[in-house]
Amino acid sequence: MKIAVIQFPGSNCDQDCLRALTDGLRVPAEYLWHKETSVFGFDAVVLPGGFSYGDYLRCGAIARFSPIVKAIVRAANDGMPVIGICNGFQILCEAGLLPGALIRNQSLHFVCQPVWLRVETGETPFTAKLDKERLLRMPVAHGEGSYFAEPATLATLQSKRQVVFRYVDESGKSTRESNPNGSVLNIAGICNEARNVVGMMPHPDRAWDRRLGSEDGKLLFESLVGKLESAVIP
Amino acid sequence: MVTQITPDVVRDHGLSEMEYERIRAILGRDPNFTELGVFSVMWSEHCSYKNTRLELRKFPTTGPKVLVKAGEENAGVVDIGGGWAVAFKIESHNHPSAVEPFQGAATGVGGIIRDIFTMGARPVFLLDSLRFGPIQGNTSAVKKNRRLFAGVVAGISHYGNCVGIPTIGGEVYFDESYEENPLVNVFCLGILRHEQIARGAAKGVGNPVFYVGSETGRDGLAGAAFASRDLTEESKQDRPAVQVGDPFKGKLLLEACLELLASGCVAGIQDMGAAGLTCSTCETASRGGTGVRIDLALVPQREPGMTAYEILLSESQERMLIIVQRGQEAKVKEVFEKWDLPYALVGEVTDDGMMRVLNHRRLEVEIPAAKLANDAPVYEREAIGCQAAPELRIEDVPMVDLQTSLVQLLAHPTIASKNWVFRQYDHTVRAGTVVPPGSDAAVFYVREADKYLAATTDCNSLYCKLDPREGARIAVAEAARNLVCSGATPLAVTDNLNFGNPYRPENFWQLRECVEGLAEACRRFGTPVTGGNVSLYNQNPTGAIDPTPTVGMVGIIDEERWITRQHFRDEADVIYLIGPVGREMGASQYLAIVHGRKECLPPRLSYDLELGVQAVVLDLIQRGLVKSAHDCSEGGLGVALAECCMSGERKIGALARFGHWPYRLDQILFNESQSRVIISVRPEDAGATEAVCAAAEIPFGRLGEVGGSDLVVCTEQQTLRWDVAQLHQAWYFSIERAMCAQ
Repeated sequence: MKIAVIQFPGSNCDQDCLRALTDGLRVPAEYLWHKETSVFGFDAVVLPGGFSYGDYLRCGAIARFSPIVKAIVRAANDGMPVIGICNGFQILCEAGLLPGALIRNQSLHFVCQPVWLRVETGETPFTAKLDKERLLRMPVAHGEGSYFAEPATLATLQSKRQVVFRYVDESGKSTRESNPNGSVLNIAGICNEARNVVGMMPHPDRAWDRRLGSEDGKLLFESLVGKLESAVIP
Repeated sequence: MVTQITPDVVRDHGLSEMEYERIRAILGRDPNFTELGVFSVMWSEHCSYKNTRLELRKFPTTGPKVLVKAGEENAGVVDIGGGWAVAFKIESHNHPSAVEPFQGAATGVGGIIRDIFTMGARPVFLLDSLRFGPIQGNTSAVKKNRRLFAGVVAGISHYGNCVGIPTIGGEVYFDESYEENPLVNVFCLGILRHEQIARGAAKGVGNPVFYVGSETGRDGLAGAAFASRDLTEESKQDRPAVQVGDPFKGKLLLEACLELLASGCVAGIQDMGAAGLTCSTCETASRGGTGVRIDLALVPQREPGMTAYEILLSESQERMLIIVQRGQEAKVKEVFEKWDLPYALVGEVTDDGMMRVLNHRRLEVEIPAAKLANDAPVYEREAIGCQAAPELRIEDVPMVDLQTSLVQLLAHPTIASKNWVFRQYDHTVRAGTVVPPGSDAAVFYVREADKYLAATTDCNSLYCKLDPREGARIAVAEAARNLVCSGATPLAVTDNLNFGNPYRPENFWQLRECVEGLAEACRRFGTPVTGGNVSLYNQNPTGAIDPTPTVGMVGIIDEERWITRQHFRDEADVIYLIGPVGREMGASQYLAIVHGRKECLPPRLSYDLELGVQAVVLDLIQRGLVKSAHDCSEGGLGVALAECCMSGERKIGALARFGHWPYRLDQILFNESQSRVIISVRPEDAGATEAVCAAAEIPFGRLGEVGGSDLVVCTEQQTLRWDVAQLHQAWYFSIERAMCAQ
């Protein structure tokens, strides 16, 4: 088993994602450069946070044209587990792997703070080990993380249980105050219809070590590893 | 086009007649226009420290852990054990931020980051010490202050967040003295192995000299000279002297340079900051004891038709000069093509000590490099002291409703929560922030080295205004105390000296007093100064800013269990005050904010008491007795107790009793005597705590207990009670409320 952490010029959570996997979980993971044209040899892909290509034009808008993203789109369509975190989520939306878009935070300011998330579905490779309704603690850090989609898209997301995480308060209620960026329906993360591609704004890569105040992020990567291991050894 | 060198041209370059004569003596002829420009930036205050060099020599710069001393290189380097070291430095971007807050602050961040990776270190965190005019109210001056404040915070956020280096702490003050002249001091720390220390020296005659990074444009022309003048209304016209930052390029340059350095092919490296290509070529040659020859025609340029003068004096951002071992040129090509960054072979290292600049093979500049870099004139400016501030007579302070006073203090933007600021900074990237902004010192886990570092910036400029020497001593003491409260042992200091025009004797006196106070205190605390920055000519519309010698201090925490935060944690924990109750009210925030008086003698620092208090607090922490520790600073015990109650994720009350204490309650609550720390311990550890303090012969007292939802303070005569939730409202949202006002 080997997991790819994609490096775009301007990625800045690539090292955090790699360490979460190699130091936090002790599973094999390697960087994969944006100029590569294939994800051959890897079993899953992590698109890390940052400012790919400077995020000029629009967040993730240039990254979608990179050789590696074209390869990731093909692999994702073949069922490979893919997670996009923060800028990675923005890229997945731009690349059409996930519906909707991430727009400027309602406050118009960058926001960095810890948030509470409620797991809305255990039916993805990244939440398989998590009970529905379970609360997770991890930070957000973004300027453009307000999830937006057309009403029809939102209806589909809800009816097909594609909302993976919602911003909630400490008691698990999704309130206006617990929503850090004005995301519609407090959406913090979603998956595609096939459920193998997940995008989320909060950072599990910054919550995998007791020292950081939370180890909840580790659970997502552990779920993935569990899925990959069960796929290898039937 | 040949511009004649007339006395007017010389004066416009900020050079005196004497300095011009010195240039002629060095060259043995008249300089041409380009050479004059080169001298003017290298001999500006910003690059040459000509007015402060004699003062800076007073700092203690050596110590058993200092690997690279102040002034030797771009930043000092200090050993942290296990073969690891830290490079850190603080630098100002005050003048650019005054005329163009967003870009001024952003490029300030970019510049200090380059200083750190130039040393071969990976930058791991940033701190900011910021000062602005008042932001509450509706006058046009206040609105302008808000615009500057918002712009600076956005600029720091823009650059730091994108480049992926967490901003984990710092300070923000608001005072009239910084009107139209904000202070933006940025601190960066990087980590490296001892053997990775890179040098900014042009070593090895015949080695190729590479230019890497962004193309050179006309931005930031002679920015160093601009920063060495008074800020005035006309400074707006200097906007072209402000550089424009590109954090994305900065990030690529950082990664590419670290990758190239790791390959071992680099003989010398220097960033192009102030004075750009001029400074980097003559300084590397001077340090290497060599010469450098470059041809400007080979320099990547953003716009056509730039003159040699413009290319040499441009301060375009995100550029580096790299001297590579001969034969390793292909490595540069490989790395910089991988990162899609411009690079160019522009010259070579020579053996004759000359900085020789050609443009299309035509000689434009020929100056002895070492003389240009090091032989700027050194001045001893006139200093005239002002009268010592009088001691405060407490009888002259009318009694007020203290119930309101505490709320008033907590809601003052200088004391209020800075969450509006640090929520805009990415403070969790790099997955190492253990104690985020909002406690006495930020604590960061450096994963590659398995070390916990604590860092803080401090300076009470009101103290420095009223007694510069004592204020500077206290800045060092407070920084050390903040580190100790987080569980750290102080290691070393970087300082940013922000003062007014040095040609005014009263300003220069303040500077000298502060330097001597800092130097003395750094010796007493065993924390050598490893570098820093001087920013002069900071003038508001009515005069000089309050003297602000910002102290950045770094400490190390050997064991994770020693990491301590400032907020109270559990019901029934016992609260102690380590140090005296104190009663010095001069220069206090209570006097300034509640009574509108910024005057009288600031508190006095006793080194013996301070060192004793710090030693006992650290001892208690290392024995595992301390659940929280918070130093008393602006706003005294009252503010410190309130912060202990409400700065954690969970708000909790406390009771503090002062029994038959003989002074007025406002004096007990809001005096700013030094050397005081509030700690809380488990009830069962009270006996052990008292035994340690008693054995150390340090004044201490049991104040009360943690618990409930109110903060209660009582003496025999009087009881005051505040709902912590209400205090929190006043304190937490104060800056946000001010910034939302029209």
